[in-house]
Amino acid sequence: MALYSEKVMDHFRHPRNVGCIENADGVGEVGNAKCGDIMKIYLKIDGGTITDVKFETFGCGSAIASSSMATELIKGQPVEKALELTNKAVAEALDGLPAYKMHCSVLAEEAIKRAVKDYYDKNGIAYDKSKFPPDEECEHCCMV
Amino acid sequence: MRCIYADNAATTRMSDAAVKAMLPFLQDNFGNASSLYSIGQRAQEALSSAREAIAAQIGAEPNEIYFTSCGSEADNQAILSAAAAGARKGKKHIISTAFEHHAVLHTLKKLEKEGFEIELLPVGEKGNVTAEQVKNAIREDTCLVTAMYANNEIGSVLPIAEIGKVCREKGVTFHTDAVQAAGHLPIDVKTQNIDMLSMSAHKFHGPKGIGALYVKRGVFLQPLIEGGAQERGKRAGTENVGAAVAMATALKEACDHMQENAEKVSALRDKLIAGLEKIPHGALNGDRFSRLPGNVSFCFEGVEGESLLLLLDDKGISASSGSACTSGSLDPSHVLLAIGRPHEVAHGSLRLTLCEENTEEDVDYMLKVIPEIIGYLRGMSPLWKDKVSGKKPFVI
Repeated sequence: MALYSEKVMDHFRHPRNVGCIENADGVGEVGNAKCGDIMKIYLKIDGGTITDVKFETFGCGSAIASSSMATELIKGQPVEKALELTNKAVAEALDGLPAYKMHCSVLAEEAIKRAVKDYYDKNGIAYDKSKFPPDEECEHCCMV
Repeated sequence: MRCIYADNAATTRMSDAAVKAMLPFLQDNFGNASSLYSIGQRAQEALSSAREAIAAQIGAEPNEIYFTSCGSEADNQAILSAAAAGARKGKKHIISTAFEHHAVLHTLKKLEKEGFEIELLPVGEKGNVTAEQVKNAIREDTCLVTAMYANNEIGSVLPIAEIGKVCREKGVTFHTDAVQAAGHLPIDVKTQNIDMLSMSAHKFHGPKGIGALYVKRGVFLQPLIEGGAQERGKRAGTENVGAAVAMATALKEACDHMQENAEKVSALRDKLIAGLEKIPHGALNGDRFSRLPGNVSFCFEGVEGESLLLLLDDKGISASSGSACTSGSLDPSHVLLAIGRPHEVAHGSLRLTLCEENTEEDVDYMLKVIPEIIGYLRGMSPLWKDKVSGKKPFVI
């Protein structure tokens, strides 16, 4: 069996929503260069709905595919719905990831949460801090 | 689509001559070399001839050659034997280098757990060690120096004859993992003062599943695999006669054409290096001159190796990387870290290893495709963007 599913390879070869949004309403970045993957998500939010989303990723094939799939899954969704997106849902939508690549889907989930948190912070919207990943170092690096 | 195989340090395509030499032993001469009857004896004779041919190519005697299943087995057996011999004399200090193959490093790790003191010599920015370093590290209780002939990732060629001389003068057993060198660089175990040497057939257009260990007469060797009396009691298991014959054929062929192959391949290598050096914020890994003829190894900032390899594969190019993501571990290649590449740069490594079957057109095609792919990946990389905007510093 190939390393990646057809879906992963499709999203890796033809990533959706690559780029950045000038004056985005929320921006979230996770990962670091030392670990070999950085993911950055830009959100455009209008009336509580994600009207546009873009991503930039430095990382392996599954990191790029996870970013692409995650942006597809939240585009056009209410902000609250985006917060419910789990890494598992991203991986499942990609027809699965190899076990040691699951952290790529975690990065996608966390990048979105950070972008939403940034949007909340900018707009003075109250939220439950415990539902967001901590601002410091990513923890996914210790997971593998 | 063009198909370019540029991962000859991983494995090579078997040569026609090696395949032809192997085939009769799969059906017609299938006998067990330990059997008394004619077809068994024919296999035994072929095995002896293969042993002689391999010995002749490295300046050894036939009874100093032991067939193994692979280079890793040869490394394991050599190191564990030298350690056992040392331990009996109370000598438990072993010298090696920081960028050995895992077959050596993991065996040394095991010995460390058993109470041996392992000293890994630093390899510097260019990735090499000197005989002087080895000389200074040798102690009264040193039982083994094991240093690779040439590095599999960055292609550095070590001064094996000089290291061998130092070891011989000090009376320390010297093993070299010559898996990347055999068939590509001249080897003479006598003049180079090598006590033990590992090689693997599939790195020089022979079959997978067979390697050989040279052990100088009088140097202690113990079996890894217990059982029958094959390989003079040092390696049990029915001999892989066809593979041994094919290995001998491939090695002879490689050594017969060593000079012309090296000239052709190093010219391709140098052209590829010169072209890739034009990519900004990239750097050659290893020594430019003391280098295997076919090895090209680069690090590129702002890209990750696995995605680079996948896109190269889409363009028909088979290559390799020392990125963590290609190894399934968290850390990038220990070799790249040993030459001082920071993690983030080591993740962006690309290794292209050529052989005499590659062409100028292959190099031209790679030089067209690789910069495009790197440019594309950098275009979506937030790390690259931060470096270009000055938010983060360039490392190379």
